[in-house]
Amino acid sequence: MPEATDLEELKRGTELVKRGFARMQKGGVIMDVVTREQARIAEDAGAVAVMALEAVPADIRKRGGVARMPDPANVTEIIDEVSIPVMGKSRIGHRKEAEILESLGVDMIDESEVLTPADDEYHTDKRDFTSPFVCGARNLPEALRRIREGAAMIRTKGEAGTGDVNQAVKHQRTIKNQIRTLSGLNHEEREKWAREHGAPRDLVHETADLGRLPVVNFAAGGIATPADAALMMYHGCDGIFVGSGIFGAEDPVEMGNAIVEAVNNWDDPDELADIASGIGKGMKGQSNESLPEEERLQGRGV
Amino acid sequence: MKAGVIAVQGDVAEHAEAVRRAATAHGESAEVVEVRDSGIVPDCDVLLMPGGESTTISRLIHREGIAPEIREHVAAGKPVLATCAGLIVLSRDAKDDRVDALGLVDVSVDRNAFGRQKDSFEAKVPIEGLSEPFHAVFIRAPLIDDVGEGVETLATVDDRPVAVRDGPVLATSFHPELTEDSRVHDLAFFPESEVEA
Repeated sequence: MPEATDLEELKRGTELVKRGFARMQKGGVIMDVVTREQARIAEDAGAVAVMALEAVPADIRKRGGVARMPDPANVTEIIDEVSIPVMGKSRIGHRKEAEILESLGVDMIDESEVLTPADDEYHTDKRDFTSPFVCGARNLPEALRRIREGAAMIRTKGEAGTGDVNQAVKHQRTIKNQIRTLSGLNHEEREKWAREHGAPRDLVHETADLGRLPVVNFAAGGIATPADAALMMYHGCDGIFVGSGIFGAEDPVEMGNAIVEAVNNWDDPDELADIASGIGKGMKGQSNESLPEEERLQGRGV
Repeated sequence: MKAGVIAVQGDVAEHAEAVRRAATAHGESAEVVEVRDSGIVPDCDVLLMPGGESTTISRLIHREGIAPEIREHVAAGKPVLATCAGLIVLSRDAKDDRVDALGLVDVSVDRNAFGRQKDSFEAKVPIEGLSEPFHAVFIRAPLIDDVGEGVETLATVDDRPVAVRDGPVLATSFHPELTEDSRVHDLAFFPESEVEA
């Protein structure tokens, strides 16, 4: 028998363990769910994880009012229902919601602009949580500020609940473009860039050297079809969050299956044509252009 | 050496880098290919089954027709390194009908037996065949139980196996691809010689 492992030396909640969890999600689809029945459908469709929330973003838009973390009893039901990881959304700057989600055993916390921010100035300090966090970003400085606060995964903000992929594309292109720019700058130019953009200096240098974000980078916000998911993979995302796009579709089972398969086949148009055929209508949606400024969620928590 | 990383989902790039590093340390070069479709595995000398979600990986390797090719690869005695979800997919029994296990490693596994993500951990694990302990990262890791005859246990945590060898397959419940140390990749693909960590 091999020598025994020293259990005294075992460490939890380290940056390696948190970022490692995010890495295991790569190439996968994370689906928004509101009930345990939806969680079951998502797991059967091949989701790598589910995101528990009180209402999908499209319904939050319609309903108005204050959007908060999901009911803990509901989160527990979803955790009991599926074997894949369960994520949960907390309000920006609402440390107590995040602590409650961690206590429930949620595997990753999304400090999300889709919910009504609890704090206009500050995000939660995510470093001393054992659970990993994911946060949204529209550009590189935003992404690096979230990573400095302890985020183990970044996703584009997009414009949630619209079914319009336009803003997710814009945010992903912006991040990639800024990384390319930085990689071409020398040390003092990167220092100046960090200063001017309010971005953490050490992370600016690290990202410029790596040529990519130091954590996993997913697409989110407005992804509604297999083709949308494939488009975001083409733009270099590591994986996909689908919010209202699954359960807002005519046939959530077919749509869920098709989006999972589209992510694996994003660079094969023949396969994509087959995957996207006969799956029913996507969510109705609302074009980003038609949204009044005050209804845009992406400007929350910069 | 042509190395195929099963790339339908999971931490593919990390394994690609680790196998390249291991090959270089042994004076070889590895041509790494990502396997997301059938027809690629038959040309590979070695295979890597990454970590990720076993339900998703299982579903996609069957849909894409990769599963029978992995079976043929093992039947031909060619090496495989399977980590975490990879171990679950290759096991005899994952005790869960959401995973269609391939039965290529004669062990049964308990998915997520170490608990949820907040119970995930890193630890220094002594491994048979390595002179120094290995810095191992366990992410919602499976536990191996009921080890079949002819399966060699290479490492344990709390008396439970976390690394095993069954013929050409080396399987771990942790993620050797998440650190810079490629000694587990050495053990899987270059069993004759250990390179210093």
